[in-house]
Amino acid sequence: MEKKRVLARIDIKNKYVIKGVYLEGLRKIGNPMELCQRYAKEGIDEIVFMDAVAALYDRNSLIEIISEASKNIFIPITIGGGIRTITDIQNALDAGADKVAINTKAVKDPEFITEAVSTFGAQAIIGSIVALQRESYWEVFIDNARTRTHIDAKKWSITLQDLGVGEIMVTSIDRDGTKKGYDTELMNEINKSVSVPVIASGGAGNKKDVIDLFIKVDCSAAAIASIFHYNLEKISGVKNEMALHGIEVRK
Amino acid sequence: MLKVAIIDYGIGNLRSVINAFNSIGVDSFRARSRDEILASDTLVLPGVGAFGRAMEKLEELSLVTTLKEFSASEKPVLGICLGMQLLFESSEEFGYNQGLGLIPGNVKRLPLKEKNKLPHIGWVQLEKGNLSWDSTILKGHESIDVYFVHSYHVVPEQDSVITSFVDYSGEKCVSSVQYNNIHGCQFHPEKSSYDGLDILKNFANLA
Repeated sequence: MEKKRVLARIDIKNKYVIKGVYLEGLRKIGNPMELCQRYAKEGIDEIVFMDAVAALYDRNSLIEIISEASKNIFIPITIGGGIRTITDIQNALDAGADKVAINTKAVKDPEFITEAVSTFGAQAIIGSIVALQRESYWEVFIDNARTRTHIDAKKWSITLQDLGVGEIMVTSIDRDGTKKGYDTELMNEINKSVSVPVIASGGAGNKKDVIDLFIKVDCSAAAIASIFHYNLEKISGVKNEMALHGIEVRK
Repeated sequence: MLKVAIIDYGIGNLRSVINAFNSIGVDSFRARSRDEILASDTLVLPGVGAFGRAMEKLEELSLVTTLKEFSASEKPVLGICLGMQLLFESSEEFGYNQGLGLIPGNVKRLPLKEKNKLPHIGWVQLEKGNLSWDSTILKGHESIDVYFVHSYHVVPEQDSVITSFVDYSGEKCVSSVQYNNIHGCQFHPEKSSYDGLDILKNFANLA
């Protein structure tokens, strides 16, 4: 059986790694190449680079980072943020990315996902859902969590699956950067709704949060930023703890 | 210097395969023409996406005969992921599709059972197959974790070609094969960290 994956999520703005709270209030914390190489050496399963600004002027610097990263690390690399055209995807894959994560463009133009999947294959396309908890549902947000859509995240996950994405990454706005733990209810709702692998993102503050996620939710992967960026835990520390709890993990 | 031809047929990510060979000091290049392919020491057929479309591309570029010719020369061939599936006779992905037919057997969809996730994505530990790893590109390891992403798997006609299995929701699925000079892996060695690079090194050393 496939092991539970531990992903490092690296948010980038103007060539720097940044981390915000609630996807806002971004602060610089380091150099993306140094971080991704350290993570790969320490046994991370995948790297996700997210363009935190998703502005066109920043596109080339992210492509350069991917291009450099793919010469030095030999694990799956995902790029997300600001993917708007088939050419954007082509450029990302040509630079050495294996997958792209798409949120805003998918909401605005769902057919784009169908086209992307038929051009590059489902394995290259991750549907990214960024959601905020409302009273009776989780609402999908786009444009880096700035714009509400009134779309129900659970229903949207099923639509994304039907459009053909190979994986779904779910980020909780309520938990992002808070170190309060994953929104396991949201993750569970979505994981139960779809048969494609689900990656949980947002809120991990220590290794217990990761354990808590995998005990409560049978999702495929946990994306982690703050814990590793601030060196709060070692990657091996998180993975050993997972193994101690009977969660199958690559060491 | 040893040269690895990476077949460039517009399917999938060649960059990663080239980068991986570079990192272990093996010279590889994107190959499209018959002459450059036949002149190389080893051949890698990468690929992701749909089987039918990949075969169409190979036909369009007149690569089918070249690949068969190269394989008949007894130089080492490695198919990766979809590239491995193409080495077989046929696939049931979106109807019936004919493959290169270099290894007897065909390609079937992974069983979708309750609670299963498809595509099958992630790191899995390989289980030993019928061939001892010492005589395969998996040699030098007791246990190997590698990265998979696929929805289809190969079913070889002869068990003797199977070098490893993985467990997919209780079913044994073939994850690598070796048939004379032809090697295949369903996983991505170029994305499987240090173990993966070792596998590529073992392959390059066959030449």
